[in-house]
Amino acid sequence: MSDVPAGLETLDFSFSGGRPAGAFASILVGVVGSGNLEVMLEPAEGIDCAVRVETSARGFGPIWQAVMNDFHTRHPLAGVRISINDMGATPAVVSLRLDQAVAEITGEQP
Amino acid sequence: MISYAECSARERLALLLDPGSFHEWLPPAERITSPHLAQLGVPSAFDDGVAIGRATLEGRKVLVAAQEGAFMGGGVGEVHGAKLVGLLQRALCERPAAVLLLAESGGVRLHEANAGLIAVSEVMRALLDVRAAGIPVLVLIGGANGCFGGMGIVARCADFIVMSDVGRLAMSGPEVIEASHGVEEFDSRDRALVWRTTGGKHRWLTGDCDALVEDDIAEFRAAAIAALDASKPLTLAALEEEHALLTARVHALLGDTASDNEAMLLWSALGVADAQRVPDLPVEVVRALRPH
Repeated sequence: MSDVPAGLETLDFSFSGGRPAGAFASILVGVVGSGNLEVMLEPAEGIDCAVRVETSARGFGPIWQAVMNDFHTRHPLAGVRISINDMGATPAVVSLRLDQAVAEITGEQP
Repeated sequence: MISYAECSARERLALLLDPGSFHEWLPPAERITSPHLAQLGVPSAFDDGVAIGRATLEGRKVLVAAQEGAFMGGGVGEVHGAKLVGLLQRALCERPAAVLLLAESGGVRLHEANAGLIAVSEVMRALLDVRAAGIPVLVLIGGANGCFGGMGIVARCADFIVMSDVGRLAMSGPEVIEASHGVEEFDSRDRALVWRTTGGKHRWLTGDCDALVEDDIAEFRAAAIAALDASKPLTLAALEEEHALLTARVHALLGDTASDNEAMLLWSALGVADAQRVPDLPVEVVRALRPH
């Protein structure tokens, strides 16, 4: 038996020192399906990029931290709130979804 | 050609409606999520698996809902159902040209038990109110999860159903039938059998859907536009006609075993020529085979 309790795990991350994302309409990419996740980007007050993850796969906090660190290196955003509902997506899928979400608000190709 | 089946609910809305015309009510940023799933350790979706709003279709105002089959199999939970009900009730005030339901659902979301069951029954009541007001309700079925359970009933309450050949429509799903009646009755792993019994071609040939299209967003759009004025008043005469059709279908096959009651035999009995070739025929050919 795993000693990781059942239920959802909530993880919060915050990054500072990014570039202001400016005004944009909230967007949602992805779907909460098995091995998948949804990512919502919303404009937020302040100069941080705040991330909240709700995941059914408990005990992967350090991996999420690493994935989000990499994301912040690729896309240093400020004034953005990122909300994630995850159903066991792999780190690569998470990174692709995050890049897809950024592409939606900046109009760049992912 | 863009596959309808492979699109997400939101992609379907973006591609099927007039470009940029969809205005969403209770969008994801409002976070109107399920009050039940988190307690079970299941992640919620910000839209509870359904997007609702208004839009235009060929310039005409419509209200529209799209269920996301990849989230809980499109299962109808309490919030999901309430969004559908709210949309239908709003149609009574706004009187759009039609209400479009892009259905993809296994039925009631079992995690939410009675709340989901009640939600589906409320959707049916709301849909029939819209229909009675003379506003057509069009159901589009072409997602990989099909349209089953309570949503299958909801679909058959509507004025008009558009299906692709990969779409499926039924009450009990294949696994449910196998679990309750045994694999001799219905082998849920036999994909050809599943599609013969629930797929778009079958529903077209038996008169259970009103348009059969290819798995192509553009074809769904064209079929929906063509059906915008397809209001079918729910009259006593219409109900009696439906009952006569169902009675004729029951009497078309009187075999005692599952193999005696194959879909192909039914098609033959209903007057479809070369019934055994139907599964291999292209959609445009099958469209012309419907007996009348």
